[in-house]
Amino acid sequence: MAEMMFWEAVRRAHDEEMARDPLVIAMGEDIGVAGGTYKATQGLWDKYGPERVIDTPISENGFTGLGIGASFLGVRPIIEIMSVNFAWLAMDQIFNTAAKVRYMSGGQLEAPVVIRSPGGCAHQLGAQHSARMEKVFMGVAGLRVVTPSNPRQAYGLIKSAVRCNDPVFINEHELMYNMKGEVPDGEYFHPLEGSEVAREGKDVTLFGYNVSVHWCLQAAEILSKQHGIEAEVVDLYSLSPLDRKGIVESVSKTHRAVIAEEAEPAVGVGAEVMAILNEECFFELDAAPVRVSAANVPVPYNHGLEKAAIPNAKDVVEAVLSLYGR
Amino acid sequence: MNNADKKRLLREMLFARRFEERCYEAYVERKIGGFLHLYPGQEACCFGVMEAARPGHDYVITGYRDHVHAIKCGADPKEVMAELYGKETGSSKGRGGSMHIFDVKHRFMGGYALVGGPFPLAAGMAKAIKLKGGDEIAICFLGDAANNQGTFHEALNMASVWKLPVLYVCENNLYGIGTRIDRSTAVTDQYKRVAAYDIPAAQVDGQDIETVYEAAKVAVEHVRSGKGPYFLELMTYRYRGHSMSDSNAYRSKDEEKEWANRDPIYILRDRLIEAGELSEDEYKAMDKTIIDEIENEVIKFAEESPEPPVEELEKYVLAENDPWVHGGVK
Ligand SMILES: Cc1ncc(C[n+]2csc(CCOP(=O)(O)OP(=O)(O)O)c2C)c(N)n1
Ligand SMILES: [Mg+2]
Repeated sequence: MAEMMFWEAVRRAHDEEMARDPLVIAMGEDIGVAGGTYKATQGLWDKYGPERVIDTPISENGFTGLGIGASFLGVRPIIEIMSVNFAWLAMDQIFNTAAKVRYMSGGQLEAPVVIRSPGGCAHQLGAQHSARMEKVFMGVAGLRVVTPSNPRQAYGLIKSAVRCNDPVFINEHELMYNMKGEVPDGEYFHPLEGSEVAREGKDVTLFGYNVSVHWCLQAAEILSKQHGIEAEVVDLYSLSPLDRKGIVESVSKTHRAVIAEEAEPAVGVGAEVMAILNEECFFELDAAPVRVSAANVPVPYNHGLEKAAIPNAKDVVEAVLSLYGR
Repeated sequence: MNNADKKRLLREMLFARRFEERCYEAYVERKIGGFLHLYPGQEACCFGVMEAARPGHDYVITGYRDHVHAIKCGADPKEVMAELYGKETGSSKGRGGSMHIFDVKHRFMGGYALVGGPFPLAAGMAKAIKLKGGDEIAICFLGDAANNQGTFHEALNMASVWKLPVLYVCENNLYGIGTRIDRSTAVTDQYKRVAAYDIPAAQVDGQDIETVYEAAKVAVEHVRSGKGPYFLELMTYRYRGHSMSDSNAYRSKDEEKEWANRDPIYILRDRLIEAGELSEDEYKAMDKTIIDEIENEVIKFAEESPEPPVEELEKYVLAENDPWVHGGVK
């Protein structure tokens, strides 16, 4: 296992898949000559040329639709949408075409595209560059939604997503591209469904995904050291479908749950996990589950206000303590 | 186009007309649900263009007014009708409906209901053709009002800058539902708009199939030879309302009459009769055979076909047993 940065893991997945299959292509704004805003496609343009590493015009709905159309004929596009905020413009093609074409054609046609896009709040990017849109994508049938929390997952999820015959949306995070982590030396295919126990524990389950997994891990450390509470951290790398079984399994053991999400609370991952707990293991619960979510505001520019809007590890600790009436 | 071709095309267009008229009746009888957009009046557009292309070989995509395009590509009319009836034997297994006819084995890549949606999809299919090195082209049939969508401009720009083998056919029937083109669109001649993307374009009469065919030959040849996209605007008219729920009150009787006099089927029929290639009686017999075929085969098939099983409600949402969902085959 070698350590590599998140962006290097993304790049490696592209490179291996493109070397293997001439019908795997990459497309997006500034991904070619410029190498990508987060370096995730650096060097690929030189290696594979402009027909396969495509610098697109700033036409999100247009180039996403173009990638989807190409996928009808067996091409495997990895589409980068520069920021998830811009993916709103491509919703028409993602939802109306990619997610529905298999169904409405009675199984004749499929759209095996991979759409990667960084979202989340970086530092002081303001309201129009801080969207957390996973909740929007995961609410639609016909689309897979995954979200890596480390370089290994980033690499392995892209590898599987490229080969899977469904459209897959990969929700990355702007703050995570320089994160380091171990990635297997050999090829590795991460499952597109399920969840991972990132830390074992017996007292309470902390559910996180993408960046919030790290808050949960920090919180678990604090809870163990300072409060004698052993928290289990479950990484929900698959948001659609959510891992019902894994969620229930962990909470049936710990009997307590906190869900941490960077997004606003309404109609989100937390709400969905709570619904699952309600439906599947209500009588296993020793306390009502709690979610830790962002404030319900457009993300402010001011540093202090931004910090107040977005949750962190401390908020997760406090939520857990509240379950114990502390 | 020789006389045998013309006679065949007359029959095909007449079949399309009778098929659509029969859909109308089935809708009134409530055998067909949802939205239903019919094609009468515009037949020469689809048949003229596809005569110059290679149906079943070239990839065709269109909007919601899609039954006839599917049939011309090779779809079995029985399956198209069964789809309208929502039956399991329908071309999309009853999951699509009128606006979502698909027949991928004949490379009819679907009808889509979002106005303007197919523009980039067609460019993408053309990109795939180019990557794979085939001699196919992608053909996108859409209406005039669709050109006011962003996807029109985005897709045409990309098709041009990347020299993609795609033919955009604009069936300009002068209306987007009830809004006449000059009330919605600053430049009413659609072919002029694509000059902004440096795409060659032409505008011709869409009621005369021979004119359409000649213009389409030039267009198809241009695209197939690798010179990039082409835009063909066909001036036409739909004889019915936009969809079945349309009162059609926004058009003048004079205008309707004017276009009724330029019926694509009668233009071709009269030409063949004048040339002594067809008699009135032959035409009537042809019509009768078609009507009978639609009744005795097409409608019968749709009527007698089974409904999709409710147990299969969730089939086709995602790929079945895709190994990569679980990290591949170990
Ligand atoms: C994105 C979107 N907006 C609006 C509609 C509703 N709508 C359906 S057809 C249509 C008019 C389209 O006219 P045109 O492109 O000229 O095609 P025609 O129906 O005349 O063949 C409208 C507004 C839609 N289906 N999709
Ligand atoms: Mg129109």
